[in-house]
Amino acid sequence: MTRSLTLLPRSLSFRRPSSARFYSLTTSLALVTPLLAALMAGFLYPVARLVALSFSGGTLSHYRRIFTEPLHLEVLFSTIEVAFIVTVASLLLGFPVAYLMAQLGKGLAMAVTACVFIPLWTSVLIRSYAWVVLLQRNGIINTLLVDTGPTEGPLKLIYTQGAVILAMTHVLMPFMILPIYSTLRALPPDYVRAARNLGAGPVRAFVAVTLPLSLPGVFAGSVMCFVLALGFYITPALVGGPNSMLMATLIGQQTTVLLDWPFAAALSTVLLAVTLLFVLMFRRTLSLSKGLNSVY
Amino acid sequence: MSTEHAQLRGRVPAVIDIFAAPTSRAYSRAAGIIAIGAGIGCVLFFLLLPTLIVLPMSLSETDYLEFPPRGLTLKWYSAYFNDPDWMAATWFSLKIALATTATATVAGTMAALAIVRGCLPFRSTLQALALGPMIVPHIILGVALYLAFAPLQLTGSFFGFLVAHTVLAVPYVIITVTASVQRFDPTLELAALNCGANRLQAFFLVVLPNIIPGVAAAAVFAFLASFDEATVAFFISDISGKSIGRKMFEDIDFNLTPVIAAVSTVLVATSLLLMGTVHLLNGRRSRS
Amino acid sequence: MTAGEFVSLLGPSGSGKTTALTMIAGFETPSAGRITIGGQDVTFLAPNHRNIGMVFQKYALFPHLTIRQNIAFPLRMRGRMQKTAIARRVEEMLELVQLSEYAERYPNQLSGGQQQRVAVARALAFEPPVLLMDEPLGALDKKLREAMQFEIKRLQERLGATVVYVTHDQDEALTMSDRIAIMSDGRLMQFGTPTELYRQPRTEFVADFIGRMNFIDGDCLDCTAEQTVVRLSERTVLNLPSAANERTRRYNAGTALRLAIRPERMRLTKRGDGGADALPGIVDAAVFIGSTYIYLVRLADRPDASLQVQIAADGVTPFQKNDDVDIVLDGAAAHVFPVMERCAA
Repeated sequence: MTRSLTLLPRSLSFRRPSSARFYSLTTSLALVTPLLAALMAGFLYPVARLVALSFSGGTLSHYRRIFTEPLHLEVLFSTIEVAFIVTVASLLLGFPVAYLMAQLGKGLAMAVTACVFIPLWTSVLIRSYAWVVLLQRNGIINTLLVDTGPTEGPLKLIYTQGAVILAMTHVLMPFMILPIYSTLRALPPDYVRAARNLGAGPVRAFVAVTLPLSLPGVFAGSVMCFVLALGFYITPALVGGPNSMLMATLIGQQTTVLLDWPFAAALSTVLLAVTLLFVLMFRRTLSLSKGLNSVY
Repeated sequence: MSTEHAQLRGRVPAVIDIFAAPTSRAYSRAAGIIAIGAGIGCVLFFLLLPTLIVLPMSLSETDYLEFPPRGLTLKWYSAYFNDPDWMAATWFSLKIALATTATATVAGTMAALAIVRGCLPFRSTLQALALGPMIVPHIILGVALYLAFAPLQLTGSFFGFLVAHTVLAVPYVIITVTASVQRFDPTLELAALNCGANRLQAFFLVVLPNIIPGVAAAAVFAFLASFDEATVAFFISDISGKSIGRKMFEDIDFNLTPVIAAVSTVLVATSLLLMGTVHLLNGRRSRS
Repeated sequence: MTAGEFVSLLGPSGSGKTTALTMIAGFETPSAGRITIGGQDVTFLAPNHRNIGMVFQKYALFPHLTIRQNIAFPLRMRGRMQKTAIARRVEEMLELVQLSEYAERYPNQLSGGQQQRVAVARALAFEPPVLLMDEPLGALDKKLREAMQFEIKRLQERLGATVVYVTHDQDEALTMSDRIAIMSDGRLMQFGTPTELYRQPRTEFVADFIGRMNFIDGDCLDCTAEQTVVRLSERTVLNLPSAANERTRRYNAGTALRLAIRPERMRLTKRGDGGADALPGIVDAAVFIGSTYIYLVRLADRPDASLQVQIAADGVTPFQKNDDVDIVLDGAAAHVFPVMERCAA
């Protein structure tokens, strides 16, 4: 009772526009109606139905299957593991690129920026396809290896866990580079100058000043990479094999090959829960706009 | 050169010695910089390689890629443009992408305005919800949409794709337009009202012309989000309605020919052209 | 306010001047009270129906429209004018602010002063009965400011417009206004002509805010209709005529009072020459600034109280630092205010 009483004035205060700087409640609601309708039809309702299907028959049998069969648990852990490796690899490879983009003069920075944007603007499908061609048994890399001689015969590169990690790192690295770059670019150069003036060498200045100040971007990029990696489908589906199954490919297999929809729904619900858990845990550091707004 | 020099330096350490010969330390530093540069160069090459590889593949005579390629040909392009299945998928995707651009841009821009300038209850919830389709794995959305659309006979239909792709494209629009609206000075709208304009006139004559670069960029994002989308399309396509993404996915899995490289080159060129234009236009605008 | 008047809202930042202005313009709705223009209650009228011109603080010129289009904007919005009539009116306005040759440029191609003139032209284009200006000169440098002050005043007089002008610069308010409303903490402190405000401040805040003012604390010995007797120290007691008690309040003996006097309403004499009501003091600093001398004088028996005295420089033998002097007050020009109880922190 007291609760509803205290809530009442707050909800009333949304009827604010005693100020023309804001749109009235009616206008605001009218403005979001089309979006809400689309989200209802294309997002909330289907996902809710999917979750409901996973509990079909009023039992938790599908979930019991996931958490008791070692194969399925293994896939879940290996998904988290791959996502983690991809995130770390993207960070280690991407940070120097972001740093370089922020440091270089205009022309060169443009060239480096183009190297980051061009893969971002290439569809994931095409990039995965390119990796298939590069890594396959008679693909470019194997041809080069055999022709120049370090290996006798072609290596098994494609349809392995390594191939999945390589291709996913490639696809997700721009999502790591861009937030770090936008954080680094926003740093006033005076901080480093001050550190140098106070006696720090270039490496010390980097470690003591630039690195800690770039952490918000590092976190934002890492969370973004990790969350996207958890649910990746196209790349592991094309590059990975039966031994490198991830949650997404497992769901794909259940729906397209085995046609076990309720079990696929339960797997989806688990993947959704894991994803949302990470998003909520790192809600503060995850800045969706940070990466995208530097895109243009 | 010079023990003498070194002695001098030893004696007057405070003097800045601009004539100093490069020391071994400076050499090792230069070597370090070159090594780091080479490392970064490799990373950049790694980033570009897959995009760059599709062009030579699409022009190669043989149906697998050789280095150096043997002979140049456009036969894979003509195969693409003469194949009724590929053409049907391309037109279907193009129609969906254009319609999605319209719906996602309009709905997303309206919502962005309400989010920044309106007084909405549950604003942050709404924002999180609208960005949800970006975070929720697309495989889940694909499965969910298939299950919801199949009983309604919406799989493979233009309308089904439109709903699905609008939801997938709208987060990009909201992020981009929100940033634009936040940069817009609301006093300009007050000035328009003061000049006698009503809300609608103020929006179309003052607000929209000032946020149009953001809205245009958002439209391009929305177009590409739909046109390049493959995961959800994989699930909600069927025999009668197949998007270009689904068609490519199938062919990569079962029918790997350089036609895919030709299709990819066309798509990459389209994407780069669109995004490059947006990039240049906005760059010029922010510089002036 | 009456028609054709130039009224300034003056106060320190955060005193509610701009809020008052945005309420008149209709951008905010007051939580209490009413706003009437020409006898019509406009409190809940939408901003676009108020017919009030406004010059915004940073001008708010539409960046995507040319100068000509900016000025035409309010005329187009009213929709009652022919295209040719609009064009003619815009031409007139451009001439009025002497910017005809810049008509096709965009706002960001103009200097600050020119933008300011465009903003005025846009606000006046539809001949509003009331013109609001929100610190319109705040973004300009001092020289341009002064030139623009006269230009705005000249325009206002020529057009007979009613102007409400917000500023935190008292010189600006004093030069331009017919009347000034002084605001503090969202409240109106005093509303009067510049002379009234300067000569008869009704509160300590106004006295302090407008011009220079010296304050000395003392307490009341006696207060009648004719005079107020203030004791500053054991030996110094002042008899002030009734004019000093602006509010004609009766203070009880023992009430803490604050005496206020302008630097130019005092004289200095040699110690002993000042007469009965003079205050003995010691010169702490003497500064010559051309037309006047400014002395900083410490009271002999009140070392905590220091007064600034301003004396015309012509033909006076200057005093030196550490000279013993008498300060002679013009009692009729002094003011007494009750000392506000300070809130215990």
